[in-house]
Amino acid sequence: MNAHYIKRTLANYGALTVSALSAVFGIFFLFWILKDVLVLGFSAINFDFFTQLPAPAGMEGGGLANAIAGTFLITALATIIGVPAGIMAGTYLSEYGRKSRMASVVRFISDILVSAPSIVVGVFVYALLVKPFGGFSAIAGAVALAIIMLPVVIRTAEEMLKLVPDATREAALALGAPHWKVTVQVVYRGAVRGIVTGVMLAVARVSGETAPLLFTSFNNSFWNFSLTEPTATLTVTIFNYAMGPYEDWHQKAWAAALLITAIVLLVNIISRIIVRGKAG
Amino acid sequence: MKDKLTIKNLNFWYGDKQALKEINLHIREKQITALIGPSGCGKTTFLRCLNRMHDLYPGNRYEGEILLEGRNILEKGLDLIKLRGKIGMVFQKPTPFPMSIYENIAFGLKLMGIKSKGEISGRVEKALKDSALWDEIRDRLHGPALSLSGGQQQRLCIARAIAVEPEVILMDEPCSALDPVATAKIEDLMTGIKENYTVVIVTHNMQQAARVSEYTGFFMLGEVVEFDTTEKIFTAPANKLTEDYITGRFG
Repeated sequence: MNAHYIKRTLANYGALTVSALSAVFGIFFLFWILKDVLVLGFSAINFDFFTQLPAPAGMEGGGLANAIAGTFLITALATIIGVPAGIMAGTYLSEYGRKSRMASVVRFISDILVSAPSIVVGVFVYALLVKPFGGFSAIAGAVALAIIMLPVVIRTAEEMLKLVPDATREAALALGAPHWKVTVQVVYRGAVRGIVTGVMLAVARVSGETAPLLFTSFNNSFWNFSLTEPTATLTVTIFNYAMGPYEDWHQKAWAAALLITAIVLLVNIISRIIVRGKAG
Repeated sequence: MKDKLTIKNLNFWYGDKQALKEINLHIREKQITALIGPSGCGKTTFLRCLNRMHDLYPGNRYEGEILLEGRNILEKGLDLIKLRGKIGMVFQKPTPFPMSIYENIAFGLKLMGIKSKGEISGRVEKALKDSALWDEIRDRLHGPALSLSGGQQQRLCIARAIAVEPEVILMDEPCSALDPVATAKIEDLMTGIKENYTVVIVTHNMQQAARVSEYTGFFMLGEVVEFDTTEKIFTAPANKLTEDYITGRFG
């Protein structure tokens, strides 16, 4: 036992303690949030919550059926708009553009877009689709979410396609396959799990967004099945109800928070299962 | 013996770097031609000229002529898809596609425009039998190709290449990632297919060249040092460098 050895052991314990405390610190808040959402959400959630329209302001009861439907509608629409465009852009980067100037510009812009504040995207779509067409709409909300999804899908698609070895592409070309068939029939087959995972994570990410919807799909207290009318969503409802003066609203906001957390968690778990399937 | 491929004064550049210098070679029809030489000597580069794989990457340049039965395949505007249908390739590492064994072979057949399911099944089976893989995988034809062993994957790649009935098959060190048993199987396979196909094989293994080929070309620093019958190269090489290489004095 010399002094040098003791010093090293102490340093080791010191580093271990600090990193363990940091981990606990992070997880502590996560569990705190989850605990509150679970406890307060469960006590407020009931059958009416899923089936009824909101009660008039100040009245007890009612539900958020329209907001639940609106969240699914807008997220689905955003997926339809954002995912094909994202996958195609990712395909361009990985299969065609590669090291070209155009490709690096697209990559750079999509990296900037990832870190663009989502409220900025909301204001942008407000100026693009809400103001000129005279009103809030589900479609404007979906476009805002699609813009947020786009860079995530582009980069995952590119990364996943890049994992397919060049040798596989060469082998397909050496059989006399045209470039597009190599991409669609061979490269996509090798990357499909990864791309699906990326898409699901992007869906999970946007289904919890509030800021871009405040200026685009806005809110609605009634059923709405028109894409050009204001549409309620869970996240915007949480925002409004949590700020509101009524205790019943606060309860509903907690229930909505629980539901959206559960949805996001579910989507994440499904994508984990898909990834695990890849390894097995 | 008829020439399948005649190479005349072929030069090749990767960007500014010249990789092949004034190559002149005759690849005889329905024979196996082996290309040997130390690493970086240009044998693989040469092989990849024969089906224009270098065209995939920008900045590569050819000069000279490669005649496939008299027609220059380096000419501009040549249909590369057709060319690659005629000249198949097997790579160093097995390159199964991420799909089933059956689909791997059917992929090439569909590219040829074969639509009849019956014909595709028949030709898949024949290719797998020709590549001596049928008995091992007949009960998991629709299982993933990536679950096969390395040697089986490589035989699948050969099956895939011969299923489309090309005229020439290029093999780039097809056994370097395989164990001796799998190598022996592939060598048997090569001897079996040469009745119908012209084979060009790049190999680091001189015993392999001696065992399977009729003709051997010795490459060094981007040039062909010597080209002759395999027997002549391995028993009485004309060039001192060839002799030093095959006797293991360098390389």
